[in-house]
Amino acid sequence: MNDGFWTFLIILGQCLAVMIAVLISLAFLLYMDRKVWAAVQLRKGPNVVGPFGLLQSFADFLKFVMKEIVIPAGADRTVFLLAPMLTFVLASIAWVAIPFAEGWVISDMNVGILYLFAISSLGVYGVIMGGWAGNSKYPFLGGLRSAAQMVSYEVSIGFVIVCVLLMVGSLNLSDIVHAQAGAGVLSWFFLKQPVMFIVFFISALAETNRPPFDLPEAESELVAGYQVEYSSTPYLLFMIGEYMNIVMMCALTTILFLGGWLSPIGVGHGLFWFVLKVVFCFFMFAMVKAIVPRYRYDQLMRLGWKVFLPLSLAFVVLTAGWMKIFDIQPWAYTEKAHEMGRGAMIIEAPAATKTEDS
Amino acid sequence: MQAIAFYLFSTVAVIAGTLVVFAKNPVHSVLWLILAFFSTAGLFVLMGAEFLAMLLMIIYVGAVAVLFLFVVMMLDIDFAELRGSVAQYLPLGLAIGVVLMVELTVGFAAWTGLERDAIEASAVYGTTNAHALGAVVYTKYVYAFQAAGLILLVAMIGAIVLTLRTREGVRKQDVWAQMQRDPKTAVELKDVRPGQSL
Repeated sequence: MNDGFWTFLIILGQCLAVMIAVLISLAFLLYMDRKVWAAVQLRKGPNVVGPFGLLQSFADFLKFVMKEIVIPAGADRTVFLLAPMLTFVLASIAWVAIPFAEGWVISDMNVGILYLFAISSLGVYGVIMGGWAGNSKYPFLGGLRSAAQMVSYEVSIGFVIVCVLLMVGSLNLSDIVHAQAGAGVLSWFFLKQPVMFIVFFISALAETNRPPFDLPEAESELVAGYQVEYSSTPYLLFMIGEYMNIVMMCALTTILFLGGWLSPIGVGHGLFWFVLKVVFCFFMFAMVKAIVPRYRYDQLMRLGWKVFLPLSLAFVVLTAGWMKIFDIQPWAYTEKAHEMGRGAMIIEAPAATKTEDS
Repeated sequence: MQAIAFYLFSTVAVIAGTLVVFAKNPVHSVLWLILAFFSTAGLFVLMGAEFLAMLLMIIYVGAVAVLFLFVVMMLDIDFAELRGSVAQYLPLGLAIGVVLMVELTVGFAAWTGLERDAIEASAVYGTTNAHALGAVVYTKYVYAFQAAGLILLVAMIGAIVLTLRTREGVRKQDVWAQMQRDPKTAVELKDVRPGQSL
Protein backbone atom coordinates (compact mmCIF):
# COMPACT_ATOMS: atom_id res chain seq x y z
CA MET A 1 0.00 0.00 0.00
CA ASN A 2 1.08 3.59 -0.54
CA ASP A 3 2.09 6.21 2.00
CA GLY A 4 -1.27 7.96 1.95
CA PHE A 5 -2.96 4.86 3.33
CA TRP A 6 -0.50 4.57 6.20
CA THR A 7 -0.84 8.27 7.02
CA PHE A 8 -4.60 7.75 7.08
CA LEU A 9 -4.23 4.76 9.43
CA ILE A 10 -1.90 6.67 11.74
CA ILE A 11 -4.25 9.66 11.93
CA LEU A 12 -7.18 7.31 12.58
CA GLY A 13 -5.19 5.67 15.37
CA GLN A 14 -4.31 9.03 16.90
CA CYS A 15 -7.94 10.14 16.78
CA LEU A 16 -9.08 6.92 18.45
CA ALA A 17 -6.39 7.20 21.13
CA VAL A 18 -7.33 10.80 21.96
CA MET A 19 -11.03 9.98 21.90
CA ILE A 20 -10.68 7.01 24.26
CA ALA A 21 -8.37 8.92 26.59
CA VAL A 22 -10.75 11.88 26.72
CA LEU A 23 -13.81 9.70 27.30
CA ILE A 24 -12.20 7.69 30.09
CA SER A 25 -10.83 10.76 31.84
CA LEU A 26 -14.29 12.28 31.43
CA ALA A 27 -15.78 9.44 33.47
CA PHE A 28 -13.45 10.24 36.35
CA LEU A 29 -13.87 14.01 35.98
CA LEU A 30 -17.64 13.51 36.28
CA TYR A 31 -17.00 11.53 39.45
CA MET A 32 -14.73 14.34 40.67
CA ASP A 33 -17.41 16.93 39.88
CA ARG A 34 -19.94 15.09 42.03
CA LYS A 35 -17.42 14.45 44.83
CA VAL A 36 -16.40 18.13 45.00
CA TRP A 37 -20.03 19.18 44.97
CA ALA A 38 -20.83 16.69 47.71
CA ALA A 39 -17.84 17.75 49.83
CA VAL A 40 -18.92 21.40 49.73
CA GLN A 41 -22.40 20.38 50.92
CA LEU A 42 -20.98 18.04 53.61
CA ARG A 43 -22.30 14.93 51.87
CA LYS A 44 -20.38 11.81 50.90
CA GLY A 45 -21.24 11.76 47.21
CA PRO A 46 -21.06 8.57 45.14
CA ASN A 47 -19.36 5.90 47.27
CA VAL A 48 -21.04 2.58 46.48
CA VAL A 49 -19.96 1.34 43.03
CA GLY A 50 -16.31 0.24 43.07
CA PRO A 51 -13.66 1.41 45.55
CA PHE A 52 -14.62 4.91 46.84
CA GLY A 53 -17.38 4.91 44.22
CA LEU A 54 -14.81 5.34 41.45
CA LEU A 55 -16.84 3.27 38.99
CA GLN A 56 -20.05 5.27 39.49
CA SER A 57 -19.80 6.94 36.05
CA PHE A 58 -19.52 3.56 34.31
CA ALA A 59 -22.57 2.29 36.19
CA ASP A 60 -24.47 5.42 35.13
CA PHE A 61 -23.36 4.86 31.55
CA LEU A 62 -24.77 1.31 31.57
CA LYS A 63 -27.98 2.55 33.15
CA PHE A 64 -28.52 5.15 30.42
CA VAL A 65 -27.74 2.77 27.57
CA MET A 66 -30.10 0.04 28.88
CA LYS A 67 -33.10 2.36 29.09
CA GLU A 68 -35.76 2.78 26.44
CA ILE A 69 -35.58 5.70 24.03
CA VAL A 70 -38.81 7.66 24.34
CA ILE A 71 -39.69 10.03 21.51
CA PRO A 72 -42.64 12.37 22.11
CA ALA A 73 -45.57 11.93 19.70
CA GLY A 74 -45.49 15.49 18.36
CA ALA A 75 -41.71 15.57 17.96
CA ASP A 76 -39.79 16.08 14.74
CA ARG A 77 -38.08 12.68 14.91
CA THR A 78 -35.07 13.40 12.67
CA VAL A 79 -34.11 16.69 14.28
CA PHE A 80 -34.92 15.26 17.71
CA LEU A 81 -32.33 12.48 17.30
CA LEU A 82 -29.91 14.63 15.31
CA ALA A 83 -29.52 17.22 18.09
CA PRO A 84 -27.77 15.04 20.72
CA MET A 85 -25.57 13.44 18.04
CA LEU A 86 -24.56 16.90 16.81
CA THR A 87 -23.71 18.02 20.34
CA PHE A 88 -21.56 14.95 20.90
CA VAL A 89 -19.78 15.06 17.52
CA LEU A 90 -19.01 18.78 17.77
CA ALA A 91 -17.69 18.35 21.31
CA SER A 92 -15.39 15.52 20.20
CA ILE A 93 -13.99 17.00 16.96
CA ALA A 94 -12.70 20.04 18.84
CA TRP A 95 -9.99 17.85 20.41
CA VAL A 96 -8.00 17.43 17.16
CA ALA A 97 -6.57 20.93 17.54
CA ILE A 98 -5.56 20.70 21.22
CA PRO A 99 -1.80 20.39 21.76
CA PHE A 100 -1.42 18.03 24.74
CA ALA A 101 2.36 18.40 24.83
CA GLU A 102 5.17 19.61 22.58
CA GLY A 103 4.20 18.26 19.15
CA TRP A 104 1.42 16.05 20.57
CA VAL A 105 -1.39 17.37 18.44
CA ILE A 106 -3.36 15.61 15.72
CA SER A 107 -3.78 18.66 13.49
CA ASP A 108 -1.34 21.51 14.14
CA MET A 109 -3.39 23.93 12.06
CA ASN A 110 -2.52 27.57 11.53
CA VAL A 111 -5.96 28.76 12.57
CA GLY A 112 -6.28 26.44 15.58
CA ILE A 113 -7.76 28.99 17.93
CA LEU A 114 -10.32 30.11 15.35
CA TYR A 115 -11.22 26.47 14.73
CA LEU A 116 -11.93 25.92 18.43
CA PHE A 117 -13.88 29.18 18.56
CA ALA A 118 -15.95 28.12 15.55
CA ILE A 119 -16.64 24.65 16.95
CA SER A 120 -17.65 25.99 20.34
CA SER A 121 -19.98 28.50 18.69
CA LEU A 122 -21.59 25.64 16.76
CA GLY A 123 -22.36 23.92 20.05
CA VAL A 124 -25.48 26.05 20.40
CA TYR A 125 -27.17 24.15 17.56
CA GLY A 126 -27.45 20.94 19.54
CA VAL A 127 -29.24 22.84 22.29
CA ILE A 128 -31.54 24.91 20.11
CA MET A 129 -32.45 21.97 17.84
CA GLY A 130 -33.06 19.72 20.82
CA GLY A 131 -35.24 22.38 22.40
CA TRP A 132 -37.32 22.90 19.29
CA ALA A 133 -37.68 19.30 18.09
CA GLY A 134 -39.39 18.07 21.25
CA ASN A 135 -42.40 20.26 20.39
CA SER A 136 -42.86 21.10 24.01
CA LYS A 137 -42.88 24.34 26.01
CA TYR A 138 -40.10 24.01 28.58
CA PRO A 139 -37.47 22.62 26.21
CA PHE A 140 -38.28 25.38 23.72
CA LEU A 141 -37.83 28.10 26.33
CA GLY A 142 -34.56 26.46 27.39
CA GLY A 143 -33.35 26.36 23.79
CA LEU A 144 -34.14 30.03 23.20
CA ARG A 145 -32.46 31.10 26.43
CA SER A 146 -29.40 29.10 25.53
CA ALA A 147 -29.17 30.57 22.02
CA ALA A 148 -29.24 34.14 23.32
CA GLN A 149 -26.83 33.36 26.15
CA MET A 150 -24.22 31.55 24.08
CA VAL A 151 -24.22 34.15 21.30
CA SER A 152 -23.79 36.94 23.88
CA TYR A 153 -20.85 35.43 25.69
CA GLU A 154 -19.10 34.36 22.50
CA VAL A 155 -18.53 38.04 21.77
CA SER A 156 -16.52 38.67 24.91
CA ILE A 157 -14.66 35.35 24.53
CA GLY A 158 -13.68 36.51 21.04
CA PHE A 159 -12.21 39.76 22.37
CA VAL A 160 -10.35 37.95 25.15
CA ILE A 161 -8.80 35.69 22.53
CA VAL A 162 -7.83 38.76 20.48
CA CYS A 163 -6.01 40.16 23.54
CA VAL A 164 -3.94 36.99 23.80
CA LEU A 165 -3.36 36.84 20.05
CA LEU A 166 -1.98 40.39 20.05
CA MET A 167 0.81 39.18 22.32
CA VAL A 168 1.39 35.96 20.37
CA GLY A 169 1.07 37.11 16.77
CA SER A 170 -0.11 33.69 15.59
CA LEU A 171 -3.39 31.78 15.56
CA ASN A 172 -1.62 28.47 16.11
CA LEU A 173 -2.34 26.90 19.52
CA SER A 174 1.17 25.46 19.89
CA ASP A 175 2.60 28.93 19.21
CA ILE A 176 0.41 30.37 21.96
CA VAL A 177 1.98 27.92 24.41
CA HIS A 178 5.51 28.51 23.06
CA ALA A 179 5.00 32.25 23.56
CA GLN A 180 4.55 31.60 27.30
CA ALA A 181 7.83 29.75 27.69
CA GLY A 182 10.67 31.39 29.58
CA ALA A 183 10.58 32.25 33.26
CA GLY A 184 8.30 29.40 34.34
CA VAL A 185 5.05 30.48 35.94
CA LEU A 186 6.03 34.16 35.73
CA SER A 187 5.77 34.31 31.94
CA TRP A 188 2.35 32.70 31.65
CA PHE A 189 -0.32 34.94 30.25
CA PHE A 190 -2.60 34.91 33.29
CA LEU A 191 -0.13 37.27 34.97
CA LYS A 192 0.11 39.55 31.94
CA GLN A 193 -3.65 39.59 31.36
CA PRO A 194 -5.20 38.95 34.80
CA VAL A 195 -8.47 40.74 34.04
CA MET A 196 -8.96 38.96 30.74
CA PHE A 197 -8.18 35.66 32.46
CA ILE A 198 -11.10 36.19 34.85
CA VAL A 199 -13.42 37.42 32.08
CA PHE A 200 -12.54 34.35 30.01
CA PHE A 201 -13.18 31.98 32.91
CA ILE A 202 -16.59 33.47 33.67
CA SER A 203 -17.53 33.60 29.98
CA ALA A 204 -16.49 29.97 29.67
CA LEU A 205 -18.94 29.12 32.46
CA ALA A 206 -21.70 30.90 30.54
CA GLU A 207 -20.70 29.39 27.20
CA THR A 208 -20.92 25.85 28.58
CA ASN A 209 -24.21 26.49 30.41
CA ARG A 210 -22.62 25.79 33.76
CA PRO A 211 -23.95 27.17 37.03
CA PRO A 212 -24.32 30.05 37.86
CA PHE A 213 -25.34 30.54 34.22
CA ASP A 214 -27.30 27.29 33.73
CA LEU A 215 -30.47 29.17 32.76
CA PRO A 216 -31.17 26.87 29.75
CA GLU A 217 -31.59 23.91 32.09
CA ALA A 218 -32.66 25.69 35.25
CA GLU A 219 -34.38 22.89 37.12
CA SER A 220 -36.45 25.18 39.32
CA GLU A 221 -38.09 26.96 36.38
CA LEU A 222 -37.75 24.78 33.28
CA VAL A 223 -37.42 21.31 34.90
CA ALA A 224 -34.34 20.48 32.83
CA GLY A 225 -34.69 22.91 29.93
CA TYR A 226 -33.92 21.54 26.51
CA GLN A 227 -33.21 18.07 27.95
CA VAL A 228 -36.71 17.49 29.36
CA GLU A 229 -37.96 15.26 26.54
CA TYR A 230 -34.75 13.24 26.24
CA SER A 231 -34.14 9.85 27.75
CA SER A 232 -31.67 6.98 27.50
CA THR A 233 -28.79 7.22 25.00
CA PRO A 234 -29.78 10.57 23.42
CA TYR A 235 -29.75 12.11 26.89
CA LEU A 236 -26.40 10.45 27.58
CA LEU A 237 -24.98 11.99 24.40
CA PHE A 238 -26.19 15.42 25.50
CA MET A 239 -24.60 14.98 28.90
CA ILE A 240 -21.28 13.66 27.60
CA GLY A 241 -21.20 16.43 24.99
CA GLU A 242 -21.82 19.05 27.62
CA TYR A 243 -19.07 17.75 29.91
CA MET A 244 -16.69 17.40 26.97
CA ASN A 245 -17.31 21.07 26.16
CA ILE A 246 -16.53 21.95 29.77
CA VAL A 247 -13.25 20.03 29.70
CA MET A 248 -12.54 21.63 26.31
CA MET A 249 -12.97 25.07 27.85
CA CYS A 250 -10.64 24.01 30.70
CA ALA A 251 -8.06 22.93 28.11
CA LEU A 252 -8.48 26.23 26.26
CA THR A 253 -8.01 28.20 29.50
CA THR A 254 -4.90 26.14 30.15
CA ILE A 255 -3.48 26.85 26.70
CA LEU A 256 -4.36 30.53 26.56
CA PHE A 257 -3.48 31.60 30.09
CA LEU A 258 -1.80 28.83 32.09
CA GLY A 259 1.02 27.89 29.76
CA GLY A 260 -0.33 24.61 28.34
CA TRP A 261 2.21 21.81 28.81
CA LEU A 262 4.90 24.11 30.27
CA SER A 263 6.12 23.36 33.76
CA PRO A 264 5.84 26.16 36.35
CA ILE A 265 9.52 25.85 37.30
CA GLY A 266 10.85 26.02 33.74
CA VAL A 267 12.13 22.43 33.41
CA GLY A 268 10.38 19.10 32.81
CA HIS A 269 7.64 20.23 30.45
CA GLY A 270 5.17 17.63 29.33
CA LEU A 271 1.75 16.05 29.27
CA PHE A 272 1.68 15.77 33.07
CA TRP A 273 1.47 19.55 33.55
CA PHE A 274 -1.19 19.92 30.89
CA VAL A 275 -3.41 17.33 32.56
CA LEU A 276 -2.77 18.80 36.00
CA LYS A 277 -3.77 22.29 34.84
CA VAL A 278 -6.90 21.02 33.11
CA VAL A 279 -7.92 19.16 36.26
CA PHE A 280 -7.28 22.32 38.29
CA CYS A 281 -9.51 24.36 35.96
CA PHE A 282 -12.18 21.67 36.17
CA PHE A 283 -11.94 21.80 39.97
CA MET A 284 -12.60 25.55 39.77
CA PHE A 285 -15.64 24.87 37.54
CA ALA A 286 -16.93 22.36 40.10
CA MET A 287 -16.37 24.73 43.00
CA VAL A 288 -18.24 27.53 41.24
CA LYS A 289 -21.13 25.15 40.64
CA ALA A 290 -21.22 24.25 44.31
CA ILE A 291 -20.85 27.75 45.74
CA VAL A 292 -22.53 30.35 43.50
CA PRO A 293 -26.32 30.78 43.23
CA ARG A 294 -27.97 30.98 39.80
CA TYR A 295 -28.15 34.31 37.96
CA ARG A 296 -31.43 35.83 36.90
CA TYR A 297 -31.81 36.05 33.14
CA ASP A 298 -31.64 39.86 32.87
CA GLN A 299 -28.59 39.90 35.15
CA LEU A 300 -26.93 37.37 32.85
CA MET A 301 -27.54 39.54 29.80
CA ARG A 302 -26.41 42.67 31.65
CA LEU A 303 -23.17 41.02 32.68
CA GLY A 304 -22.47 39.82 29.14
CA TRP A 305 -23.29 42.95 27.17
CA LYS A 306 -22.82 45.82 29.61
CA VAL A 307 -19.85 44.62 31.66
CA PHE A 308 -17.80 42.04 29.80
CA LEU A 309 -18.14 43.41 26.28
CA PRO A 310 -16.92 46.99 27.06
CA LEU A 311 -14.28 45.63 29.44
CA SER A 312 -12.79 43.20 26.95
CA LEU A 313 -13.02 45.76 24.14
CA ALA A 314 -11.16 48.28 26.31
CA PHE A 315 -8.48 45.70 27.01
CA VAL A 316 -7.99 44.97 23.31
CA VAL A 317 -7.27 48.69 22.80
CA LEU A 318 -5.12 48.85 25.95
CA THR A 319 -3.04 45.81 25.00
CA ALA A 320 -2.51 47.02 21.44
CA GLY A 321 -1.69 50.56 22.63
CA TRP A 322 0.72 49.30 25.28
CA MET A 323 2.56 47.15 22.76
CA LYS A 324 2.70 50.04 20.28
CA ILE A 325 3.96 52.61 22.81
CA PHE A 326 6.66 50.40 24.30
CA ASP A 327 7.43 48.85 20.92
CA ILE A 328 6.87 45.27 22.07
CA GLN A 329 6.87 42.74 19.25
CA PRO A 330 4.37 39.87 19.28
CA TRP A 331 6.07 36.56 20.02
CA ALA A 332 5.88 35.27 16.43
CA TYR A 333 8.03 38.18 15.22
CA THR A 334 10.79 37.75 17.79
CA GLU A 335 14.10 36.03 17.09
CA LYS A 336 13.25 33.24 19.49
CA ALA A 337 10.29 32.24 17.35
CA HIS A 338 12.38 32.28 14.19
CA GLU A 339 14.99 30.06 15.86
CA MET A 340 12.26 27.52 16.52
CA GLY A 341 11.14 27.81 12.90
CA ARG A 342 7.71 29.06 13.94
CA GLY A 343 8.22 32.78 13.37
CA ALA A 344 6.27 34.99 11.03
CA MET A 345 7.65 37.54 8.61
CA ILE A 346 6.63 41.15 8.57
CA ILE A 347 5.13 41.52 5.13
CA GLU A 348 5.66 44.78 3.34
CA ALA A 349 2.44 46.21 2.00
CA PRO A 350 2.07 45.57 -1.73
CA ALA A 351 3.22 48.47 -3.89
CA ALA A 352 0.85 51.42 -3.69
CA THR A 353 1.00 51.97 -7.45
CA LYS A 354 -1.35 49.06 -7.91
CA THR A 355 -4.16 50.82 -6.07
CA GLU A 356 -4.98 53.19 -8.88
CA ASP A 357 -5.90 50.70 -11.60
CA SER A 358 -9.13 48.79 -11.25
CA MET B 1 -8.07 12.97 -2.56
CA GLN B 2 -8.57 16.72 -2.96
CA ALA B 3 -10.84 16.11 -5.93
CA ILE B 4 -12.99 13.71 -3.90
CA ALA B 5 -13.27 16.26 -1.10
CA PHE B 6 -14.10 19.02 -3.58
CA TYR B 7 -16.90 17.06 -5.22
CA LEU B 8 -18.22 15.95 -1.84
CA PHE B 9 -18.38 19.50 -0.46
CA SER B 10 -19.74 21.08 -3.64
CA THR B 11 -22.41 18.40 -4.12
CA VAL B 12 -23.54 18.76 -0.52
CA ALA B 13 -23.55 22.56 -0.87
CA VAL B 14 -25.68 22.47 -4.01
CA ILE B 15 -28.12 19.87 -2.67
CA ALA B 16 -28.43 21.70 0.65
CA GLY B 17 -28.94 24.98 -1.19
CA THR B 18 -31.75 23.47 -3.23
CA LEU B 19 -33.39 22.00 -0.16
CA VAL B 20 -33.34 25.41 1.54
CA VAL B 21 -35.88 26.48 -1.05
CA PHE B 22 -37.86 23.25 -1.29
CA ALA B 23 -38.02 22.11 2.34
CA LYS B 24 -41.61 22.14 3.63
CA ASN B 25 -40.74 23.28 7.13
CA PRO B 26 -38.99 26.68 7.45
CA VAL B 27 -36.91 25.42 10.37
CA HIS B 28 -35.62 22.60 8.17
CA SER B 29 -34.83 25.25 5.54
CA VAL B 30 -32.59 27.08 7.99
CA LEU B 31 -30.90 23.82 8.99
CA TRP B 32 -30.19 23.06 5.31
CA LEU B 33 -28.82 26.59 4.95
CA ILE B 34 -26.42 25.87 7.81
CA LEU B 35 -25.28 22.71 6.03
CA ALA B 36 -24.71 24.77 2.87
CA PHE B 37 -22.59 27.29 4.84
CA PHE B 38 -20.66 24.43 6.35
CA SER B 39 -19.81 22.83 3.00
CA THR B 40 -18.79 26.23 1.63
CA ALA B 41 -16.38 26.57 4.55
CA GLY B 42 -14.99 23.17 3.53
CA LEU B 43 -14.47 24.46 -0.03
CA PHE B 44 -12.59 27.48 1.36
CA VAL B 45 -10.26 25.16 3.28
CA LEU B 46 -9.57 23.21 0.07
CA MET B 47 -8.59 26.49 -1.62
CA GLY B 48 -6.07 27.17 1.15
CA ALA B 49 -8.12 30.01 2.60
CA GLU B 50 -8.46 28.52 6.08
CA PHE B 51 -8.85 31.93 7.71
CA LEU B 52 -11.90 32.79 5.58
CA ALA B 53 -13.34 29.33 6.22
CA MET B 54 -13.14 29.81 9.97
CA LEU B 55 -14.63 33.31 9.74
CA LEU B 56 -17.51 31.92 7.70
CA MET B 57 -18.11 29.31 10.38
CA ILE B 58 -17.88 31.74 13.29
CA ILE B 59 -19.92 34.58 11.83
CA TYR B 60 -22.46 32.97 9.53
CA VAL B 61 -22.92 29.55 11.08
CA GLY B 62 -22.20 30.49 14.69
CA ALA B 63 -24.05 33.78 14.95
CA VAL B 64 -26.16 34.81 11.95
CA ALA B 65 -27.80 31.45 11.32
CA VAL B 66 -28.51 31.06 15.05
CA LEU B 67 -30.52 34.28 14.90
CA PHE B 68 -32.30 33.07 11.73
CA LEU B 69 -33.23 29.88 13.51
CA PHE B 70 -34.26 31.87 16.55
CA VAL B 71 -36.67 34.01 14.52
CA VAL B 72 -38.01 31.25 12.28
CA MET B 73 -38.74 28.93 15.21
CA MET B 74 -40.92 31.55 16.84
CA LEU B 75 -42.90 32.37 13.70
CA ASP B 76 -46.49 31.22 13.66
CA ILE B 77 -47.27 30.69 10.00
CA ASP B 78 -49.68 28.54 8.09
CA PHE B 79 -47.30 26.40 6.06
CA ALA B 80 -49.97 25.15 3.65
CA GLU B 81 -50.87 28.69 2.66
CA LEU B 82 -47.22 29.52 2.19
CA ARG B 83 -46.78 26.56 -0.17
CA GLY B 84 -49.63 27.68 -2.38
CA SER B 85 -48.08 31.06 -3.12
CA VAL B 86 -44.81 29.67 -4.49
CA ALA B 87 -45.96 30.13 -8.11
CA GLN B 88 -46.73 33.75 -7.35
CA TYR B 89 -43.19 34.51 -6.19
CA LEU B 90 -41.36 32.27 -8.66
CA PRO B 91 -40.82 34.90 -11.43
CA LEU B 92 -39.44 37.43 -8.94
CA GLY B 93 -37.11 34.84 -7.40
CA LEU B 94 -35.89 33.73 -10.81
CA ALA B 95 -35.26 37.36 -11.83
CA ILE B 96 -33.16 37.96 -8.70
CA GLY B 97 -31.26 34.74 -9.38
CA VAL B 98 -30.48 35.78 -12.96
CA VAL B 99 -29.30 39.24 -11.84
CA LEU B 100 -27.00 37.66 -9.24
CA MET B 101 -25.63 35.24 -11.83
CA VAL B 102 -24.89 38.04 -14.30
CA GLU B 103 -23.24 40.16 -11.60
CA LEU B 104 -21.01 37.30 -10.51
CA THR B 105 -20.03 36.54 -14.11
CA VAL B 106 -19.13 40.17 -14.78
CA GLY B 107 -17.27 40.37 -11.49
CA PHE B 108 -15.13 37.32 -12.16
CA ALA B 109 -14.48 38.40 -15.77
CA ALA B 110 -13.09 41.70 -14.47
CA TRP B 111 -10.98 39.94 -11.84
CA THR B 112 -7.61 40.58 -13.45
CA GLY B 113 -5.55 39.29 -10.61
CA LEU B 114 -4.37 42.69 -9.42
CA GLU B 115 -6.59 42.24 -6.39
CA ARG B 116 -4.98 38.95 -5.53
CA ASP B 117 -2.46 40.61 -3.24
CA ALA B 118 -3.38 38.57 -0.20
CA ILE B 119 -3.14 35.26 -2.03
CA GLU B 120 0.12 36.27 -3.69
CA ALA B 121 1.62 37.56 -0.47
CA SER B 122 0.85 34.36 1.39
CA ALA B 123 2.34 32.33 -1.46
CA VAL B 124 5.46 34.48 -1.84
CA TYR B 125 6.33 34.96 1.79
CA GLY B 126 5.15 31.54 2.90
CA THR B 127 3.11 32.93 5.78
CA THR B 128 -0.33 31.92 6.89
CA ASN B 129 -3.15 33.67 5.14
CA ALA B 130 -4.24 35.39 8.34
CA HIS B 131 -0.90 37.24 8.35
CA ALA B 132 -1.09 37.95 4.62
CA LEU B 133 -4.65 39.23 4.85
CA GLY B 134 -3.73 41.49 7.77
CA ALA B 135 -0.81 42.94 5.83
CA VAL B 136 -3.11 43.94 2.96
CA VAL B 137 -6.31 44.90 4.76
CA TYR B 138 -4.70 47.30 7.24
CA THR B 139 -2.43 49.03 4.72
CA LYS B 140 -3.57 49.08 1.14
CA TYR B 141 -7.29 48.71 1.75
CA VAL B 142 -7.42 50.58 5.03
CA TYR B 143 -9.99 53.12 3.79
CA ALA B 144 -12.29 50.44 2.43
CA PHE B 145 -11.87 48.61 5.73
CA GLN B 146 -12.73 51.72 7.74
CA ALA B 147 -15.70 52.42 5.49
CA ALA B 148 -17.03 48.89 6.02
CA GLY B 149 -16.68 49.33 9.77
CA LEU B 150 -18.49 52.66 9.61
CA ILE B 151 -21.36 51.18 7.61
CA LEU B 152 -21.74 48.40 10.16
CA LEU B 153 -21.73 50.94 12.99
CA VAL B 154 -24.42 53.02 11.29
CA ALA B 155 -26.49 49.89 10.66
CA MET B 156 -26.14 48.88 14.30
CA ILE B 157 -27.19 52.28 15.60
CA GLY B 158 -30.06 52.30 13.12
CA ALA B 159 -31.30 48.93 14.35
CA ILE B 160 -31.11 50.08 17.96
CA VAL B 161 -32.96 53.33 17.22
CA LEU B 162 -35.67 51.48 15.29
CA THR B 163 -36.35 48.92 17.99
CA LEU B 164 -35.83 51.02 21.12
CA ARG B 165 -39.02 52.01 22.85
CA THR B 166 -39.39 53.49 26.28
CA ARG B 167 -42.37 52.20 28.19
CA GLU B 168 -44.12 53.89 31.03
CA GLY B 169 -44.57 52.24 34.35
CA VAL B 170 -41.65 49.82 34.08
CA ARG B 171 -39.83 49.36 37.34
CA LYS B 172 -36.18 49.27 36.45
CA GLN B 173 -33.55 48.02 38.82
CA ASP B 174 -30.58 50.20 39.52
CA VAL B 175 -27.86 47.60 39.86
CA TRP B 176 -25.44 49.93 41.60
CA ALA B 177 -28.03 50.98 44.18
CA GLN B 178 -28.85 47.31 44.78
CA MET B 179 -25.26 46.38 45.35
CA GLN B 180 -24.87 49.22 47.86
CA ARG B 181 -27.60 47.79 50.10
CA ASP B 182 -26.48 46.21 53.34
CA PRO B 183 -28.34 44.87 56.40
CA LYS B 184 -28.00 48.20 58.20
CA THR B 185 -30.07 50.11 55.68
CA ALA B 186 -32.33 47.32 54.51
CA VAL B 187 -33.41 45.63 57.72
CA GLU B 188 -34.83 47.19 60.82
CA LEU B 189 -35.04 45.16 64.00
CA LYS B 190 -38.10 45.74 66.13
CA ASP B 191 -38.87 44.30 69.47
CA VAL B 192 -42.54 43.36 69.42
CA ARG B 193 -44.01 42.76 72.86
CA PRO B 194 -46.75 40.15 73.35
CA GLY B 195 -50.21 41.64 72.92
CA GLN B 196 -48.94 44.73 71.15
CA SER B 197 -48.64 45.69 67.54
CA LEU B 198 -46.04 47.85 65.84
